[in-house]
Amino acid sequence: MDASSTRGADVSRAHSALRQGGEPAWVRALLIGGALAFLAVFLFVPLAFVLTEALKKGLGAFVAALVEPDAMSAIRLTLLIAAIAVPLNLAFGVAAAWSVAKFEFRGKSLLVTLIDLPFSVSPVIAGLIYVLIFGLQGWLGGWLAGHDVRVIFAVPGIVLATIFVTVPFVARELIPLMQAQGTEQEEAATVLGAGGWQTFRRITLPNVKWGLLYGVILCNARAMGEFGAVSVVSGHIRGATNTLPLHVEILYNEYQFAAAFAVASLLALLALVTLALKLAIERRVGRERPLAEIRR
Amino acid sequence: MSIELSGITKRFGAFVAVDGVDLHVETGELLALLGPSGSGKTSLLRIIAGLEAPDAGTVAFHGEDATDRHARERRVGFVFQHYALFGHLTIFENVAFGLRVRPRAHRLTDAQIRRKVTTLLELVQLDGLADRHPRELSGGQRQRIALARALAVEPRVLLLDEPFGALDARVRQELRRWLRRLHDEVRLTSVFVTHDQEEALEVADRVVVMNRGRVEQVGTPEQVYERPASAFVVEFLGGVNRLPGAAGDGRVTFARPHEFAVERTPSPAALPGRLVHGAAVGPVARLEFALDGHASTINVALTPERYRQLALRPGEVAYLTPLRRHAFATA
Repeated sequence: MDASSTRGADVSRAHSALRQGGEPAWVRALLIGGALAFLAVFLFVPLAFVLTEALKKGLGAFVAALVEPDAMSAIRLTLLIAAIAVPLNLAFGVAAAWSVAKFEFRGKSLLVTLIDLPFSVSPVIAGLIYVLIFGLQGWLGGWLAGHDVRVIFAVPGIVLATIFVTVPFVARELIPLMQAQGTEQEEAATVLGAGGWQTFRRITLPNVKWGLLYGVILCNARAMGEFGAVSVVSGHIRGATNTLPLHVEILYNEYQFAAAFAVASLLALLALVTLALKLAIERRVGRERPLAEIRR
Repeated sequence: MSIELSGITKRFGAFVAVDGVDLHVETGELLALLGPSGSGKTSLLRIIAGLEAPDAGTVAFHGEDATDRHARERRVGFVFQHYALFGHLTIFENVAFGLRVRPRAHRLTDAQIRRKVTTLLELVQLDGLADRHPRELSGGQRQRIALARALAVEPRVLLLDEPFGALDARVRQELRRWLRRLHDEVRLTSVFVTHDQEEALEVADRVVVMNRGRVEQVGTPEQVYERPASAFVVEFLGGVNRLPGAAGDGRVTFARPHEFAVERTPSPAALPGRLVHGAAVGPVARLEFALDGHASTINVALTPERYRQLALRPGEVAYLTPLRRHAFATA
């Protein structure tokens, strides 16, 4: 091979490296491989392990662990908690994002910081807060006991703790989206004669629908999977205040490994469904935009 | 429908955006609010629309006070600078929006809405695009859809915020002539905001020149150009020379490039200037003179014939006599 053709090959290799973002092939391979290996070790292997452990004693034992009364009760409770916490946080998230993105007011940055608080507080502390407020020795405990209202070690406490830890999901998703969209479209709708509710339903909501759904899905996943905060306020009463994650822990502590993993696999399934939905939404949003660019 | 503004003041914190503006917009006229950014023209437009509440003053439509009336009840058409089209709706539904949100008692039937939207799309010459989405349209097309959407509710006045600001130069030229023709057809009282003096002078019936929240001058394009009321107006309308004045008389004097006589021989009122550069391209010859002791150069426009006749070369001295002077007391 003569000198000029070698140089030509070098040049074209340099070009292809540039096309790929300017990094040599081995750097890319290392980074991509590293990320994939990390995910495999920390996510995929445990997931596979959960499933194999769950099915170790056969499909019959797997199903039996799920239909057993305490497990059914945990499933029902978990669904109930999510059915209360998610709509409430949906409403709160939309209201908070709306006010942060569309209005100017005093204490706005404080509100944004407070929305993030549950992310920065340990869930156990979140649960303890409610015990300190509503527990028998707490601020409102005596009064509540006098009126025969149970919050701690009962469903209301679990709902409160779950709402606390899932507050940020919808709001965090919507605030940047709504801020980026500004208020011009709402103003246009107003000038055209639309009322506040019409503007919200016909303009604001459609503009954020995918972000909203995304937030709700993440919120739901967390509401069903929350352990720490719920563990503190639940009291672990079988068949009454046990959610799915708590039920897994109890089974595990009682050396019922196959049953524990069977119930755990339900939560793992929830995670997979969440991921699939998330991916579908991202694809949907991604497809709506670039397609329009191409057609233009 | 006329618009009467009196004593309109609007503050944003310590900044006074609009400072005691009185203005009367005649029925059926096309009025331009012209000024640099921060002069309060957009705030004034938004106050007329009801999107902003004035801190003081009143807004009336045809003598009827509307200051406390909500934007949705004012029946104004507003065209936003970046159009604010509804991205998730088709062009058809964008134009139909104002008709669909009416209270049920006043709502048109679907067939009536269809007819009306189709007519409007024909008016803005985009009837083939009803099923597209805004993102599939060019800037000029979006602009016209925004206009059709505003017209759909049969507004009493039409307000346009920098209607051509986001378009490139060629489309802008076309669209402003088109807007002028459209206005002549529908004769709707219209106010548009612009920072481009050429746009205001070419399109509007009357021009309101604004500066720092105040009205500097109101008049026809000829009036503000030929008889500017202040140093700000003459400078903002552009292409003007500030003349060296007698020191200490507290006045500034301006002359436009075409308002000079240029001679090779001196005369009492003439300013001696040395030619820096001259070029005769097209219908106008443009010359640039340097004056002794005057920092900025003087731009002069002559006919190409006169330029050839003078046969000045760079560095040669000629005598400039301003034929018209616009003199103002310095602020």
